[in-house]
Amino acid sequence: MTWVNAVVQGVLLGGFYALIATGLSLVFGVMRLVNLAHGDLSILAAFLALTVVGLLGLGPFAALAVVVPLMFGIGYLLQRGLLNPTLGRGVLPPVLVTFGLSIIVQNLLLLAYSADSRGLDAGRLETASLALTPQLAVGWLPLLTFVVAVAVLGGLQLLLRRTQLGRAFRAAADDPEAAALVGIDTRHLYALATAIALATVAIAGVFLGVRTTFAPSAGPVRLLFAFEAVIIGGLGSLWGTLIGGVVLGVAQTVGAQINPGWDVLAGHLVFLAVLALKPSGLFTRGTARA
Amino acid sequence: MTGPLLEVARADCRYGDFQALFGVSLSVAQGETVAIVGANGAGKSTLLKAIAGLLPLASGTVRFAGDEVGGLPAHRRVALGISLVPEGRRIFASLTVEENLLVGTYGRGGRTGRWDLAAVYELFPLLADRRGRMGASLSGGEQQALAIGRALMADPRLVLLDEVSLGLAPVVVKQLYAALPAVTAAGTTVLVVEQNVDQALAAADRLLCLLEGRVALEGPAAGLTREEIRGAYFGL
Repeated sequence: MTWVNAVVQGVLLGGFYALIATGLSLVFGVMRLVNLAHGDLSILAAFLALTVVGLLGLGPFAALAVVVPLMFGIGYLLQRGLLNPTLGRGVLPPVLVTFGLSIIVQNLLLLAYSADSRGLDAGRLETASLALTPQLAVGWLPLLTFVVAVAVLGGLQLLLRRTQLGRAFRAAADDPEAAALVGIDTRHLYALATAIALATVAIAGVFLGVRTTFAPSAGPVRLLFAFEAVIIGGLGSLWGTLIGGVVLGVAQTVGAQINPGWDVLAGHLVFLAVLALKPSGLFTRGTARA
Repeated sequence: MTGPLLEVARADCRYGDFQALFGVSLSVAQGETVAIVGANGAGKSTLLKAIAGLLPLASGTVRFAGDEVGGLPAHRRVALGISLVPEGRRIFASLTVEENLLVGTYGRGGRTGRWDLAAVYELFPLLADRRGRMGASLSGGEQQALAIGRALMADPRLVLLDEVSLGLAPVVVKQLYAALPAVTAAGTTVLVVEQNVDQALAAADRLLCLLEGRVALEGPAAGLTREEIRGAYFGL
């Protein structure tokens, strides 16, 4: 039963990783941009939620009503002002600029909030659990996180498959110049993609803040797990990102079951194994190309 | 409207140090079909790219429906009614045939016209049969039909066709050109780049021959002799 428990908890943990990784996956899928500041932006969202909670006296989930639009706006301006000029000049400029952005965000957070670890208080939800069998219980918070991750990914998938904006995202991913020739303003489109990505990062950041404590320096670890989830699932595939998160989560909890010190290590080992055996990821779409 | 729909004046165009166009002037009237012929490297595709906004002009002007558009990016020119069917088709590989057409409506810019899914499927019935297939899975001729259909979905006032016949079997080329009268009948102006002079003469009202980046010959398709065209084409 302890193994079943480890797998179930791992799946739910995977939902959390997938939720953080969603925005990374979307931005890479649309414009082949690897945002190294992604983890720090999720921490920024958690701190923004902390401020909103403090100012307005809301609960952390109600604070999403402010933080999600705020991060959407930040995403649009970030892409339009800083990231668009780095595109189309090879691999290095976006990596350097987002790496610099990562450091800037961390230091601004240090200035504004100090180096203390903080948390968002969601009351009883944090500890309440649901007994599936007498031996197996799952926490409401991990369950809710997983459901929200599936809903966010499903919503994005619908947007990409069924709407005119989604078709434009996919067209621009295929061929940006041809997209301009059918009348798509790719700079505006990319800004919308990053805005949507950071809106999902806002949701992820609030769940992160409720689940665990966070400090200004916590971003890079979040980026690492998100990056692993995206790579395991297959670059640019949204459902693949969910699977990748789940594989990573299960690897960590099962690893911890074998030896409590092995949780993070086991996740990295599975990631390396996927890179070695199937570098394109487990769930690459038939049409996904470099 | 008085004056030509499209007017290019003294256009110079460069790729880095290489100059591809030297003072090219061209005017196309509303409803006209004009063909640009010339050898490889004569600057035909460069001229179309400059009109569509993919390449900046080093000097000169592009006026469309009386307005200067030379400084506008490609997507803004689509909204004004200039659609380029690019060389190599450039179909969105991971979108289905129907999605490729639907994404073509992005550049409508509020215009309403006769082109929609039903009209394009009527023009190219083979696309209707393949509407759920991925763009990447189509043959060259099917992709060319799709590229033309995608451009029409924006209800353009001017369609620029670049090397429609490139790499296609003669029978397929014939089918594609057979669709042109239906396009012009809807009031759309067509500017086509073509290496095959016979095909160009059959399809166009007027012919423009480029030689090494300069206009070597211009005139009504019916009034030009073979010798004149051959001379301009090869610079004899």
